[in-house]
Amino acid sequence: MITVNNLHKSFGDQNVLKGVSTQFFKGKTNLIIGQSGSGKTVFLKCLLGLFKPEVGEIKYEDVDFLKLSEEEQRDFRQHMGMVFQGSALFDTMSVGENVMFPLMMFSKMSREERFDRMIEVLKRVDLENVEDKTPSELSGGMQKRVAIARAIVNQPEYLFCDEPNSGLDPETAIVIDNLIQEITKEYDITTVINTHDMNSVLEIGENIIFLKFGDLKWQGTNEEVFKTDNEDISEFVYSSNLFKEVRKAHLKK
Amino acid sequence: MKYLHNIGQYFIMIREAFGRMTKRKVLYHLTFKEINDLIIDSLWIVCFLSFFIGGVLTIQTSLNLSNPLIPKSLIGFTTKQGIILEFSPTFVSIVMAGKIGSFITSSIGTMRVTEQIDALEVMGINSINYLVLPKIIAMLCYPFLIAISMFIGIFGGYITGIIGSYVSGEDFLLGLEYDFEAFQLVYAFIKSFFFGLVLATVPAYYGYYVKGGSLEVGKASTASFVWTCVILILINYVLTQLLLS
Repeated sequence: MITVNNLHKSFGDQNVLKGVSTQFFKGKTNLIIGQSGSGKTVFLKCLLGLFKPEVGEIKYEDVDFLKLSEEEQRDFRQHMGMVFQGSALFDTMSVGENVMFPLMMFSKMSREERFDRMIEVLKRVDLENVEDKTPSELSGGMQKRVAIARAIVNQPEYLFCDEPNSGLDPETAIVIDNLIQEITKEYDITTVINTHDMNSVLEIGENIIFLKFGDLKWQGTNEEVFKTDNEDISEFVYSSNLFKEVRKAHLKK
Repeated sequence: MKYLHNIGQYFIMIREAFGRMTKRKVLYHLTFKEINDLIIDSLWIVCFLSFFIGGVLTIQTSLNLSNPLIPKSLIGFTTKQGIILEFSPTFVSIVMAGKIGSFITSSIGTMRVTEQIDALEVMGINSINYLVLPKIIAMLCYPFLIAISMFIGIFGGYITGIIGSYVSGEDFLLGLEYDFEAFQLVYAFIKSFFFGLVLATVPAYYGYYVKGGSLEVGKASTASFVWTCVILILINYVLTQLLLS
């Protein structure tokens, strides 16, 4: 579980996070949603230690992450996996080398063991016979799968995903969402997903936090999204006519 | 203020490059890759430039020697001095600021804008050490490249002198041996050592701290070339003043 208390982050005069407090639960897909510019990415980067908040507390179980030294934070990040918006695969390496990279850096596995683990993880994300290809030879959806494989290859306790289905067609996006949810359950990890995709909210939103202008405005599940009277979240979710219809149908039930 | 900030950030980057170390086996592999990309891949252009510049130096000197009282061996002497003291260490380094420097800035800059550097950091890797230190170590081989440039440059002058009948082989070799000071080679290699460090770190700085997208990476490559050249010329001046005056 990740506990965040009173997190503040600003850039110059601009307050991007204004005292966010929340919890992300183990074994669940935790979603951070909000409009562009609401502070989602900054929040996620604060959780990862890539940005230093001015005030606040981030606890990974009992570990007070912000009180760790820079070196200790780097050590702690070995417990984290991250799927970036653009996949961020190393383009000088093959797919197999990308997936084996964290193992090569941090594990004491032999070359054969690393190779076996790489094949195993690629199979888990439904990819076979791609290990010798370069990332540029793969489709966007396949690159996302490789990024997920790289993120989980070291069996992390925390998985972070920044807009994992942006730029993907709706069908592939759902496949990626479901894959992340399955992996979350299977590995029993705390997964935090940054998204503004409403399909993801409905499909895998087991714990959703809604940010608006750096403030946490609402927290709940995908079921509760339809029932809430909170104006901010309703305005965001039902900006599309499609979801207005979905809500009507849901309320009729 | 901005310049002071950049200078400070540059030295912080250098310190970080020697901070938390990447696994030795990985660093070893990366260093050899960088030696291949930065040094070996630059060999042909260095040899090409050196050969013909050596030739041009011989022709120019020969055409300007109209007085029959001045010995022809002066052509070999002038070519040697020009190549060892300035052409090979300085001129080649400026060309390398374009070749090696642009490569370093664009490759690291692209990694920055496509979040590959963030990916390294999230994995708990010191990205500056991982990306910059192998380049610094590889550029320790830069004086060898300059040594090859010196040899090829003088050889180019020798061949041009004979083929164009500007000077006989014996006279050219006599000029090479005349007033030979080993310290001039030491001076050239000391310069090359510092130039190598500049060529590895200044472009890396511009690439590592680039912000934005592909357009900014292009702009960073240009800025990196300009500033690398400025720093090379300044260091050249300072070292020449310190070592030769």
